[in-house]
Amino acid sequence: MSAATVQKGAAVAEVAVGMSSCGIAAGARVVFDRLGKEVAARHLPWAVVATGCIGACHAEPLVEVRQPDGRRFLYGNVDESRVESIVAGHLAAGAPVAELLIPEDYPYLARQKRTVLANCGVIDPESIEQYIQHDGYVALRKVLTGMTPQQVIDDVKLSGLRGRGGAGFSTGMKWTFARDSKSLTGKKFVICNADEGDPGAFMDRSVLEGDPHAVLEGMLICAYAIGSDEGYMYVRAEYPLAIKRLHIAITQMKERGLLGAGILGTPFSFSVHIKEGAGAFVCGEETALMASIEGRRGMPRLRPPFPAARGLWDSPSNINNVETYANVPPLIRMGGAAYAAVGTEKSKGTKVFALAGKIKRGGMIEVPMGISLREVIFDIGGGIIGNRRFKAVQMGGPSGGCVPEQLADVLVDYDSLTATGAIMGSGGMVVMDESTCMVDVARYFLTFIQSESCGKCTFCRIGTKRMLEILTRITEGKGEESDIAELEELAAKVKVSSLCGLGQTAPNPVLTTLRYFRAEYDDHIRNKRCAAKKCKALIRYSVTAEKCTGCMLCARVCPTKAAHGERKKAHVIDQDTCIQCGLCFEACRFDAIEISSGREALAAAPSRETADAH
Amino acid sequence: MEQAFQTLLAEWRGVKGNVIPLLQKTQEIFGFLPRESMIEIARATGKTAAEIYGVATFYAQFRFTPMGRHVMKICHGTACHVQGADSLDTVVEQKLGVKPGATTADGEFTVERVACLGCCSLAPVVMIDGEVYGRLTGDKLGKIVAAAGARKP
Repeated sequence: MSAATVQKGAAVAEVAVGMSSCGIAAGARVVFDRLGKEVAARHLPWAVVATGCIGACHAEPLVEVRQPDGRRFLYGNVDESRVESIVAGHLAAGAPVAELLIPEDYPYLARQKRTVLANCGVIDPESIEQYIQHDGYVALRKVLTGMTPQQVIDDVKLSGLRGRGGAGFSTGMKWTFARDSKSLTGKKFVICNADEGDPGAFMDRSVLEGDPHAVLEGMLICAYAIGSDEGYMYVRAEYPLAIKRLHIAITQMKERGLLGAGILGTPFSFSVHIKEGAGAFVCGEETALMASIEGRRGMPRLRPPFPAARGLWDSPSNINNVETYANVPPLIRMGGAAYAAVGTEKSKGTKVFALAGKIKRGGMIEVPMGISLREVIFDIGGGIIGNRRFKAVQMGGPSGGCVPEQLADVLVDYDSLTATGAIMGSGGMVVMDESTCMVDVARYFLTFIQSESCGKCTFCRIGTKRMLEILTRITEGKGEESDIAELEELAAKVKVSSLCGLGQTAPNPVLTTLRYFRAEYDDHIRNKRCAAKKCKALIRYSVTAEKCTGCMLCARVCPTKAAHGERKKAHVIDQDTCIQCGLCFEACRFDAIEISSGREALAAAPSRETADAH
Repeated sequence: MEQAFQTLLAEWRGVKGNVIPLLQKTQEIFGFLPRESMIEIARATGKTAAEIYGVATFYAQFRFTPMGRHVMKICHGTACHVQGADSLDTVVEQKLGVKPGATTADGEFTVERVACLGCCSLAPVVMIDGEVYGRLTGDKLGKIVAAAGARKP
């Protein structure tokens, strides 16, 4: 069967389970197996199928019932015990189980616009037939049989598509450079950067797990446009399911003549290799990534020459990330002009975000460019857990920054976000509330950068270490007034003295928190106070005797036996042995554990370890 | 194992960019990278042992000592961090007596800190033997660790 002969599928009776990594982690596989058993036991005419990330990760496991009449019903938080009621009520008797249903006008879904994620959570990612039924490889056919490479590039330019990996460079321009570049080796390469390393980001993983063919189709179209016949997909080794599904997709493509020589009966040939990363964040940088494919230490090099001029094995190469390539097939199908109708003046189309942190409804979302952060966090995400106060949203991971509450009306587009000191980034969006300490967040990112700096540039290697030492000192209550100026000075030097994006952007988390949350730094330094009650050296746990029932739960969870007391009598916490791990606070059901911070609290309850902190 | 390793060397001989895949597959065979294997990879790829060792030590994935029977990865991604991943370290240390980066004396558990497992909506999470456990509290993790220890990998 060739790609062209597959038609849109007939009406089906399906039950689809979201089986991406996080769905599986939430128990989707158990639900999938149980559904299969229940359906088989009752001899029901329903197919139980696996699909990718449905996106509403906060309500995993998710199950979608697709009736033959075309109606769809989404069930959330389906654990094994709820499978039977869905099978008996909905599948067997035709009566949807109202209390488990996610309503159609669910704001989390209603405000999204799914272009890249159109197939995620809809098709079976391990089935090329289903991809083809959903317009798969239509764009490839369109370019191979009806467009010149130049026309493809013109259309991509017209669309205004910018790189979704973070920096936002024009994709059409990038392709132009690679196309115009003369190859001394006779080869050009197309590379997909799937080394999604930002902590707190999982967009690319979900796309690869949910719709691997779309990314591969995008790479093929790029190869045709720039004149390449070989490609590499560089995937994080931490994403085993994505790698497995890519291998399946590639095998299926070969079987159908979509890879190899003479694709779709045209002279165009292409082959693709999957390279597994080996755990180095810096390999997300394009020159480091290419060094890694070549089998070397993944260290960046000076640009120019840019990869478009001299890239992998000295050949002109085009590198885009997963989401960028996944944008290409829909872009080609609808045409550049139609694509450009969505978004703002300089940021076109949609952007996928991984919404996480202290938010009610987290998950994979896709929104039109130009939506405000407030709409994303409150309308889609439902606001902050426990209705606490929204404090900031971290965007762009270790290269990005924290956008504070007062700037929540900023629009999601490359330039507006850059103006805040953060960046669009690859799509990680971690929401923080008043229980998040911003100094601790800055220290967290610097810890990450410190361990991931490849060590080539002195300022990135040692400058970030000095910055981390200062931040650690501040969070331990040993900060001094001069620390802030020193942080700012080091930040400026690290930025200008580093070769690659990792070092150049490493100070951003520190700079944005200093810019918007300077008072918190001062509070740590001057008052030895962590208002978020996060920095261990600056907090003390104590028991409020009036609330304590003497249930002994705190004593049981305490790893150092600092919390102790007799049954039915108020407990106490011994400050000498308390390590401020917070397990008693988490365990207490009577709200009897109090956390205090500041000079007075520390003086009232000095601990052995931190006695010198004040 | 030795034979599988020799087959592997033969299979990848002369392939462009073979160093990292060879190291990865060697680690799959032995569970870590024995010194001798790196010397042989150097010979097979025409590189020096120092170059191979340089590549292997650059990447976090490669190990030079055997792993425990169970591998636990504690996620310290941003979302997990703000949701209290640090206290999970404490629980694990208390239950197993080792800090992240180490293997228990009885060889049962290797504990690692990882940057992000990409299951941010379930934060905080840990991965034990490839399986992700989410929405953890200290108490929940304690029980999971105890159950994992009793299980054959």
